[in-house]
Amino acid sequence: MTQHPLIRVRDLNVHIDGQHILKNINISIPDKSVTSIIGPSGCGKTTLLKTFNRLLDDTANVTVSGSVLVDDEDIYAPHAEVTHIRKKMGLLSQRPYPLPMSIYDNVAYGPRIHGIRDKSTLDSIVEKQLKDTGLWDEVKERLHGPANKLSIGQQQRLCLARGLAVQPEIILGDESTSALDPVSTHTIEDLFVRLKEQYTIVLVTHILRQARRISDYIIFVYMGEIVEFGPTEEVLLHPKEELTRQYVKGFIS
Amino acid sequence: MGIKKRKTEETIVKILMISACVIVGSSLFLIVGTIVVKGIPYLTWDMVSKAPQGGFYIGKEGGVLNAIIGSLYVAGGATVLGLIISIPISVYLNIYLKSGSLLSKSAKLAYDVLFGIPSIVYGAFAFSIMIWLGVRASLLGGVIAVTLLIIPILVRTLDEVIATVPRELKHAALSLGATRWETAKVILRQIKPGIYTAVLLSFGRGVGDVASVLFTAGFSDNIPIYIDEPAATLPLAIFFQLSSPIPEVQGRAYASALILTLIILVIVIVSHFLATKHKHKL
Repeated sequence: MTQHPLIRVRDLNVHIDGQHILKNINISIPDKSVTSIIGPSGCGKTTLLKTFNRLLDDTANVTVSGSVLVDDEDIYAPHAEVTHIRKKMGLLSQRPYPLPMSIYDNVAYGPRIHGIRDKSTLDSIVEKQLKDTGLWDEVKERLHGPANKLSIGQQQRLCLARGLAVQPEIILGDESTSALDPVSTHTIEDLFVRLKEQYTIVLVTHILRQARRISDYIIFVYMGEIVEFGPTEEVLLHPKEELTRQYVKGFIS
Repeated sequence: MGIKKRKTEETIVKILMISACVIVGSSLFLIVGTIVVKGIPYLTWDMVSKAPQGGFYIGKEGGVLNAIIGSLYVAGGATVLGLIISIPISVYLNIYLKSGSLLSKSAKLAYDVLFGIPSIVYGAFAFSIMIWLGVRASLLGGVIAVTLLIIPILVRTLDEVIATVPRELKHAALSLGATRWETAKVILRQIKPGIYTAVLLSFGRGVGDVASVLFTAGFSDNIPIYIDEPAATLPLAIFFQLSSPIPEVQGRAYASALILTLIILVIVIVSHFLATKHKHKL
């Protein structure tokens, strides 16, 4: 674990509609590695992920207390610039949602809104990101065709390319492979493993095998609290807590 | 329950459904049939190319071009004005506000109420605004009244269309660092076919509504040129001609109704075409 992690959560509490969803969360997410958040449905793992890029702002009746430090900046500070915070993180949701435009424009969208207008710069960004996500050879002939004509696996890689194009430091994945077939799932998992050299990756997953295959660290969340956090092997094979052991064995879900 | 009883139930429901379809289908057929049969003999080139000449309402020369143009101006102007007002409302309620916020819920309730208000009330309300502003019955008055009438239709339709856009698409744009307006533009792009449908519904409502333009648009045999001139509209022209005892004039009322129906038909086809074309492009 690095000495000074990118994401540090301090005394985070989240209430939604009066319900205490996340309780006293304190954690530092290791840099340049894959961290998986696991736990039963409704335990608050997606909420935890969404506190990192302030997407919770879009839900009514949410109160957040405590702090989330990203690059030493408290993203919940009153004057924090939310677009700037979100730009640092790429989000890959459960299903791919390409923007209603061409493949090229999907990848170029982020750079464009952040001020890049030069055609050749955009061209090279699009090419680089599509190559990084292994999509270039499949789509180079139809860059200006509609993005939603791609297969669902290709769309998910396009969404990843779109997110990477704004040069984030962190990638957040919310059960990013749950809608994909095994081959596409494998491709996305490989990408995560490859991308962790440059990015800090945080994934929510309910598939223990996936967490085991690709993550370096695991956070086990139960009823809104972090029960256990540690290196993957340790948490899955030698859990310190009884709850974790039961979850890993499949006794609680 | 025995299988026999279940089968009877199935048959009864089936008969009910089929008869409902037959009733709707045949009334449409009867309405269009009546207009066509009674209107075609009077649908001359003069009807669509000339304004009423002297004595038109006692069966002499002329046509209803004044009312065709008047209706298109009123409904077209109101639709444009309505969109300019409704799109920002929908964007604010659905994209700027948090999902499920109290303000957006209460605003939607308010629009549901407005949606149910009869058009004569909008006419009366617009009329009182016009008196206050010192505007006489005119094209402008008609446009104001019909705009008020169709804003709830537009906002509700747009609301429903925006509701079909997954929240994740909004979140996708937001998490790329897009501002809310940039996010709104992405969503508006996604719902373009729905915007065409909204335009179709409100234009159709505007072009056919008589109560809202009754006091507000006035009536004139001249084709309106300026916005402060009184303007005839097709529904009113139909009403006036149909109240005449002269068969010739009554026949022309059906011809006018046929023209109105054809206008709506063209609008339906065009917007349907635009919507499907856009869907394929996406």
